[in-house]
Amino acid sequence: MQLELRNVCKKVGREFHISDVSLTFTAGSLNILLGPTLSGKTSLMRLMAGLDQPTSGTIHVDNRDVTGVPVQKRNVAMVYQQFINYPNLTVFENIASPLRIAKVPAAEIKERVAKVAALLKLEKLLRRSPQELSGGQQQRTALARALVKGAELVLLDEPLANLDYKLREELREELPRIFSATGAIFVYATTEPSEALLLGGNTASLHQGRVTQFGPTIEVFSRPRNLITAQTLSDPPMNLLPVTKLNNTMLYKSHVEVPLLGPLPHLPDDDYTIAFRPHHLSLNRHSDRDIAVKAKVAVTEITGSESYVHVDVAGVRWVLLARGIHNIDIDETIEIFLDPSKFYVYDRNGALVVTPEAVAGA
Amino acid sequence: MAKVTLNDIAHSYNGPSDNPDDYALKKLDLVWRDGGAYALLGPSGCGKTTLLNIISGLLIPTRGQVLFNDQDVTRLPTEQRNIAQIFQFPVIYDTMTVFENLAFPLKNRGRTKEEIEPRVIELAGMLGLSRNLYTKAQHLTADAKQKISLGRGLIRKSVNAILFDEPLTVIDPQLKWELRSQLKYLHKQFQFTMIYVTHDQTEALTFADEVIVMYEGKIVQVGTPEALFERPEHTFVGYFIGSPGMNIAPCTLQGNRAVVEGHDIVLGRTYRDIPAGAKIELGIRPEYLALNPPEGQGVPVRIVKVDDIGRHKIVRVGLNGRELNVVMPELSGMTGNNARLVFDIDHTNIYVNDQLVPGEPR
Amino acid sequence: MIVKQTNQKAWFMVLPVFLVVAFSAVIPLMTVVNYSVQDTFGNNVFFWVGMDWFKELIHSDRFHAAFLRQLLFSGIILAIEVPLGIVIALAMPRKGWGVPVCLISMALPLLIPWNVVGTIWQIFGRVDIGLLGHSLASLGIDYNYTQDPIAAWLTVIVMDVWHWTSLVVLLCYAGLCSIPDAYYQAAKIDGASRWSVFRYIQLPKMQRVLLIAILLRFMDSFMIYTEPFVITGGGPGNSTTFMSIDLVKMAVGQFDLGPAAAMSLVYFLVILLLSWVFYTVMSNIGENSSNGGGR
Repeated sequence: MQLELRNVCKKVGREFHISDVSLTFTAGSLNILLGPTLSGKTSLMRLMAGLDQPTSGTIHVDNRDVTGVPVQKRNVAMVYQQFINYPNLTVFENIASPLRIAKVPAAEIKERVAKVAALLKLEKLLRRSPQELSGGQQQRTALARALVKGAELVLLDEPLANLDYKLREELREELPRIFSATGAIFVYATTEPSEALLLGGNTASLHQGRVTQFGPTIEVFSRPRNLITAQTLSDPPMNLLPVTKLNNTMLYKSHVEVPLLGPLPHLPDDDYTIAFRPHHLSLNRHSDRDIAVKAKVAVTEITGSESYVHVDVAGVRWVLLARGIHNIDIDETIEIFLDPSKFYVYDRNGALVVTPEAVAGA
Repeated sequence: MAKVTLNDIAHSYNGPSDNPDDYALKKLDLVWRDGGAYALLGPSGCGKTTLLNIISGLLIPTRGQVLFNDQDVTRLPTEQRNIAQIFQFPVIYDTMTVFENLAFPLKNRGRTKEEIEPRVIELAGMLGLSRNLYTKAQHLTADAKQKISLGRGLIRKSVNAILFDEPLTVIDPQLKWELRSQLKYLHKQFQFTMIYVTHDQTEALTFADEVIVMYEGKIVQVGTPEALFERPEHTFVGYFIGSPGMNIAPCTLQGNRAVVEGHDIVLGRTYRDIPAGAKIELGIRPEYLALNPPEGQGVPVRIVKVDDIGRHKIVRVGLNGRELNVVMPELSGMTGNNARLVFDIDHTNIYVNDQLVPGEPR
Repeated sequence: MIVKQTNQKAWFMVLPVFLVVAFSAVIPLMTVVNYSVQDTFGNNVFFWVGMDWFKELIHSDRFHAAFLRQLLFSGIILAIEVPLGIVIALAMPRKGWGVPVCLISMALPLLIPWNVVGTIWQIFGRVDIGLLGHSLASLGIDYNYTQDPIAAWLTVIVMDVWHWTSLVVLLCYAGLCSIPDAYYQAAKIDGASRWSVFRYIQLPKMQRVLLIAILLRFMDSFMIYTEPFVITGGGPGNSTTFMSIDLVKMAVGQFDLGPAAAMSLVYFLVILLLSWVFYTVMSNIGENSSNGGGR
């Protein structure tokens, strides 16, 4: 199966919840919708499921227009953030419920439930009631119910958001294996970049109802074509340095001067934004090319093996990620180092004009 | 502000009982110094929320005492304890403006307008709420609302302690960074005694001077973020802290040598007098394992899976039948599926019956 | 093309409803409109009179009196039932065995048919055999709802309060139960008084159900007919002749079909207008207080 959205818009009142989204998902693929709250993830999923109709644009399955087909007639399954199970049925009956509705013979139900229960490690819990289960097991049950009917499109709307950190990690680890065992199209909404990176697959970065970039997750992470995508994919957040190029200098106020490496001298004079990730900002000099900058420490967070140093540089706030424990006092002025070979340069419209590879290749 | 002492606290939701299984909180003794930042960390059902409710006065413990400085507050209702609390979801007064929300706790205590106004304006500035000071609170975004809740907690300088109950649950990842560092900054400014309950290790470690790790109603370790990371005293702490958690592998010990899956590993310390029949395990964090090319030094392993999560790679390796996680910034020089695994012996811990044993210097 | 098929099917499905509405509402309404612009002396002889009935109605003292009476009645009813309902809802237990007991006893008056309610109070208030009327009389209070307009009003109002306050209580109670505990705890921590908790937490959170309660009670009390008809028959004099009673008197008693039709149209438009105002206010508040949620 192939699912295709062509120029889909959804207008509610005077507001566009989704504007001009075109996406193609192929069978057996995992597709992540990544964006903050209200960026349009749920709206887009509802359109894909057929729960809502687009205001304009069309939705195609294997090149067949299915735009007006209601959800009951589509082969889709959905898993929500809340653990939705029938409280008065056992885990077995919960998983079997879509098959019972479809009037599948009892012997086949048993076989299919057993298979999907094994995939989700629920074999030993089949006789229990959902209320006796932990949050993780409840969500596994909901997932099993979505998978058992063999839906061609499975939509997961922040399925791990209500779980404990460690349970989240555990399920996240298992999900790609579960997904690849079924062959359906999976669409997975999340607000967390780290989740997208751990799951892999493809990522569509969403911002205010628009897809800002779509492609393999690691590629979107390492080559964000616009500033918004770069920010959406970064946790800890991207550090930004607004600069002005004039003649042969590139300056942030009078505070930071960026050496014109690689293709940088060929850029027209204008305002640019340089973005780089916290682990590319350092407390020590690594190469001669590094730019030294004076910064005032705002706060330091220690995670056990690493330290996040939040600094102020003449009005911009950056996060520096350093290995080891660095407990630096608030308001202390320190010297930090920027590696220009890790710079993404965006023009005033937020489009990528210079990649780190281009700078590093110089 | 106050020192908080928990004296022999235990709680059972079914009243006093002789059965230890009835107790959601087993025996607890803790002293928290005035002005410290503490985190209660554990999975759901570990008793951390029960403990928080005992401190806030929502629950009276079955046994034991709660002291603020030297005053016994065990049986005092919430309103007489002079504490503040920030909840999982923003609790704001919808019909009031941001200013009125922040001023509310002071107004209720009969402070004059001259006292209230400068304090509210100062705090709003620190929280970044100055621009919205006179808008109705209900029109703001989730993170701004949570800032208001936080502000109401911080507004009174006299509070004994500020309690946080998973306050970042509904906040988007990028904004979590801002709120977390702001909170830490405010703590440094005002020196309140703060107690932060969470299941998220990153939040606990970055926030607290000292983290209390709880598991099944008991405290398994109290320590600085660094100690919890480097020297987990219990295998649960090793597993729960760190992402991915510590690798734990059964082993046998011969003096300063551990045998894991038939491979000899020379340790930095010597272990004697291990009781016979005890469960012996070796624990090492993925960050302290490294991979060499197959012709290099180390234990021969098979690479099962590589997850590129952007900042670094998580490599799953097979050591005979056992799988271990290795965190590597780059995987250079490795082409096939085979590699050599190197242990950092200074960061290799030995656990007997799940408890860390220190061993002796060689 | 699938789109069109589905749509046609949908039309087909709503056809029965459409027919029922046509026969039960639209056709009678058109008949009334027809009557309101004509005069008749019986024998199916009709004269076209245009807007005359409406002009006469608008300038008639009788209509003004009934309309004011009606407004006053609805105003008093709302002024009593809404605050009383809120107070009772606040006093009801939130958990334990008291909850079902309270809910059932609150629901009881709502289950009694209107004419039975009227009859109950008609007998209850009688001086000769009614418990209320007799007790008041033996206390030396001059109470007779068949002769004293004030007594008649009091009886009808007390009856309506007895009958319908429960509705307000149940709606408010539902609103109160949806407030998370964290709000009450936060209020305690903030040192809020009982009044502040009501003013800043309970009332704002009840706002939407309260508007529904007010709308329902307003429409219902504005159209009240059965109970006052059973108790007082609109008397003594015309003191409890509310608009619906007046309308029936005009149409059935005097057989003035034209004026009655005009009056029922005006009556209908007044209710429609006021309901529309309520609806607009409610949906505005709904928009303002919605938190967006996931999109």
